[in-house]
Amino acid sequence: MKRFKSFVNSWFLIEMLKGLAVTGRYLFARKITVQFPEERTPLSPRFRGLHALRRYPNGEERCIACKLCEAVCPAMAITIESEQRSDGSRRTTRYDIDLSKCIFCGFCEESCPVDSIVETNIFDYHGEKHSDLYYTKPMLLAIGDKYEAQIALDRTKDAPYR
Amino acid sequence: MTSLQELMGSAFLPVWTLVKILVIVVPLILCVAYLTLAERKVIGYMQLRIGPNRVGPLGLFQPFADTLKLLVKEIIIPAGSSRFLFVLAPVLSIAPALVAWAVIPFSPGLVLANVNAGLLFIMAITSMGVYGVIIAGWASNSKYAFLGSLRSAAQIVSYEIAMGFALVGVLMAAGSLNLVDIVNGQKGGILYWYWLPLLPMFIVYFIAAVAETNRAPFDVAEGESEIVAGFHVEYSGMAFAVFFLAEYANMILVSTLAVIMFLGGWAAPFNVVPFTYLPPLFWLVSKVACVLFMFLWLRATFPRYRYDQIMRLGWKVFIPVTLVWLVVIGAIMQTRFGYLVH
Repeated sequence: MKRFKSFVNSWFLIEMLKGLAVTGRYLFARKITVQFPEERTPLSPRFRGLHALRRYPNGEERCIACKLCEAVCPAMAITIESEQRSDGSRRTTRYDIDLSKCIFCGFCEESCPVDSIVETNIFDYHGEKHSDLYYTKPMLLAIGDKYEAQIALDRTKDAPYR
Repeated sequence: MTSLQELMGSAFLPVWTLVKILVIVVPLILCVAYLTLAERKVIGYMQLRIGPNRVGPLGLFQPFADTLKLLVKEIIIPAGSSRFLFVLAPVLSIAPALVAWAVIPFSPGLVLANVNAGLLFIMAITSMGVYGVIIAGWASNSKYAFLGSLRSAAQIVSYEIAMGFALVGVLMAAGSLNLVDIVNGQKGGILYWYWLPLLPMFIVYFIAAVAETNRAPFDVAEGESEIVAGFHVEYSGMAFAVFFLAEYANMILVSTLAVIMFLGGWAAPFNVVPFTYLPPLFWLVSKVACVLFMFLWLRATFPRYRYDQIMRLGWKVFIPVTLVWLVVIGAIMQTRFGYLVH
């Protein structure tokens, strides 16, 4: 009986037709494509995208050149040089992130004691040559300035879970 | 017409033939272009995607964008290749795919060459297609291309036998090798088409046709997961596009043959009023479209056959099945139930 069944199954292409029926059904199913530039999927407030350096509301940059992010970075993508300012505070003279090395683990953000280096929810940036992905301090500060509202909003949303 | 003939003198016949060839080939190439789009759309829909939709309305200009891209790309000829054969191979694979159209009847009077041995001509021409693949694999001097062409050669040769036997069934039923006569033999609506008395033949022919054109699930000649792209791995730009064109032109060709042999060609499915009003060409094209849709459906559904399974199916299943059914048909034709087959 079992052999008869398998005989019928193979000679009348039963299983093939079953397979075709499945794909045939999906032909008419609702499509799940997201039309990217026009439509976007929702992002978590914890999304780890492009980096930014933040400032205090008075305009002073947050980073105190403690170099924790540089130390914790597993890809060694961050390079920091610092100096003492005339007012006695320590600040960075150089803060570079090589995004072609960065693995977007978010450790720099976690390690930062002053919430200076953050990862924003921007993911659709690009570079046309390798060096375009080498972000320097002014570039990172500019991103922070431009998207401060969104960065602050994401941090507040995530605060209860931290 | 006659004044044109007088005007051009002896140049008339070649020019007129050329015009007729263009009238067949240009729409065919357009069909190929839109078949690639249809394939991407249909497979996309079956995978819950929507396929290309950016170039032009609904992505309708996508084939032209693809063609343009391939046209401007460089044709790289590998240093270790045999240059002449390398360039010849794509031509050898596209030529039979186009030549075979010479004997295809599109509607009752619309056929370039109404030869009596049309079916034989088709069989002879389509078996030439494998040379393009073999030469491409050989001339590329690449192991993947060579493996791909070996597989393809063995596969095409094996399935051609089953395909040939399936067509022998048709010519027994029609009593003619002439494609117009074969279609005329199927007059009278859907129940008189040869797919019904020759159902096993029809199925064998269709599956063998999928294998002949190296389409999924029989696409071991390409087998991108194991031998990269098979026989055309070294080809780029327009040389690659010609292989692509040949594959799709062959798909359309075997689908048209399936329609002519088994699905009544240009005949309407029912011999009643609303159906018979539509032009014969419409019925031919829509039937071919249905068969082509099956090709795409199969590709979206089935994983690739293992190579030894392909060989087993071809030699141990299809050839015996067709042979047995040939005997059965022959026997039926000798009894008083012979009208069932004719």
